[in-house]
Amino acid sequence: MTRLARTIRRALPALALALAAAPAMATDLTVSAAASLTNAFKDIATAFEAANPETRVQLNVGASGALLQQMAKGAPVDVFASADQETMLQAEQQQLVRPGAKADFAGNALVVVVPHDAPAPPKTLADLAGPAVKKVAIGLPASVPVGRYTRAVLEKANLWAPIEARLVGAQTVRQALDYVARGEVDAGFVYATDASILPGKVKIAFVVPTETPVVYPIAALAAAPNPAAARKFVAFVLSPAGQAVLAKHGFAKP
Amino acid sequence: MEPAWVALGLSLKVALWATGIDLVLGVAAGLALARWRFPGRELVDSILLLPMVLPPTVLGYYLLVVIGRRGWLGGWLERSFGINLIFTWQGAVIAAAIVAFPFVCKSARAAFENVDGQLEQAARVLGLGAAAVFFRVTLPLAWRGILAGVLLAFARALGEFGATLMVAGSIPGKTQTLSIAVYEAVQAGQDELANGLVLLTSATCVVILLLAGRLAGPRIPGRA
Repeated sequence: MTRLARTIRRALPALALALAAAPAMATDLTVSAAASLTNAFKDIATAFEAANPETRVQLNVGASGALLQQMAKGAPVDVFASADQETMLQAEQQQLVRPGAKADFAGNALVVVVPHDAPAPPKTLADLAGPAVKKVAIGLPASVPVGRYTRAVLEKANLWAPIEARLVGAQTVRQALDYVARGEVDAGFVYATDASILPGKVKIAFVVPTETPVVYPIAALAAAPNPAAARKFVAFVLSPAGQAVLAKHGFAKP
Repeated sequence: MEPAWVALGLSLKVALWATGIDLVLGVAAGLALARWRFPGRELVDSILLLPMVLPPTVLGYYLLVVIGRRGWLGGWLERSFGINLIFTWQGAVIAAAIVAFPFVCKSARAAFENVDGQLEQAARVLGLGAAAVFFRVTLPLAWRGILAGVLLAFARALGEFGATLMVAGSIPGKTQTLSIAVYEAVQAGQDELANGLVLLTSATCVVILLLAGRLAGPRIPGRA
């Protein structure tokens, strides 16, 4: 037998033990969270794991609409945190979330951001229809809540049709932010909390008041593989400890 | 279903352009690698092969950094000519061409290496110039191998998703190719549209494979 083979044979039991032992030590909790919650929920997961060492949080971030489709197709998710009420309502209608299970846990604001070195940033929504602006990034309204808020605001101002041709759709709010940070677009609609994670690259041109307030709901799923831990996680997010983390990341009270 | 046809048309346009570019560049690179002996030849070969191995997201990132508005090439293009490639179908062509390039280059190199040098020498002895030898002897002999690579490249370009999405985005009617339209329909829960799109994609691919079979069939093209 070669030396390599001997080494592998000796290592095998240890490897098998490691693989078998890992799931036995902790239970997994899968949390699907809106992309804008990425940084805040990473911190919340760390704090939750510190308080509940027996649970390991698996964070799955994406556009709320895309997360909904994953769950609707049977993805084993325990907790869902959406960036808008609309997506959570759809989850309720598809019986993924029991009525009354959701709770609002955070608020945010819609803002228009521009690259940090933009010479003459737009000051109003109407400026976005002006000649100085060629491309505007928005979340895709079909699956990204920030895009839905944006469309509602632009339609209300009768600006959707004039601006539509210069809109670049993003798969998540963070992608819209990245397009602005790279200077590939002249402006983008994101949340205030997103704008603050890239302070050297983007700046807020103006805050956009929304008719529907930006309020995030969270819920344990009806078919959560790990219902007890799911309820615990939701309670943790709503607790003062969880709220403090969200406040640190710039989220408002719901 | 109308958006599906638009996406199909765009996919075909992007894939055809990308394949055309790859045909010229890939054959040239394949020929150079097959015929020239120069130091670092295998290193160049490996680098040219990279797009086949690298994850499309890595390519997409490289492209963003290079041809983006703030990239060295993209910035120069914009300042000098006012050309902006990001979020355009031309950007999608560049992404697809790079991803599919190794298929043409690799098979062209192998095809040229398999051409019997004595036949070329005979043509030269009989008085043909270098260009005539290439177009009337070398290329016809290597053509089948190259064609196989070209068809693979076209298929790869048609299915390109990751780098294209990063570079060209997903603008309906402008840069939203079939593969991106499918992704978006699924993300938005539009299963009906997704069903139509995947059926259309599958049917298109079957037609292309059938055509490919006929083109690269038993006869040797270029000799007829």
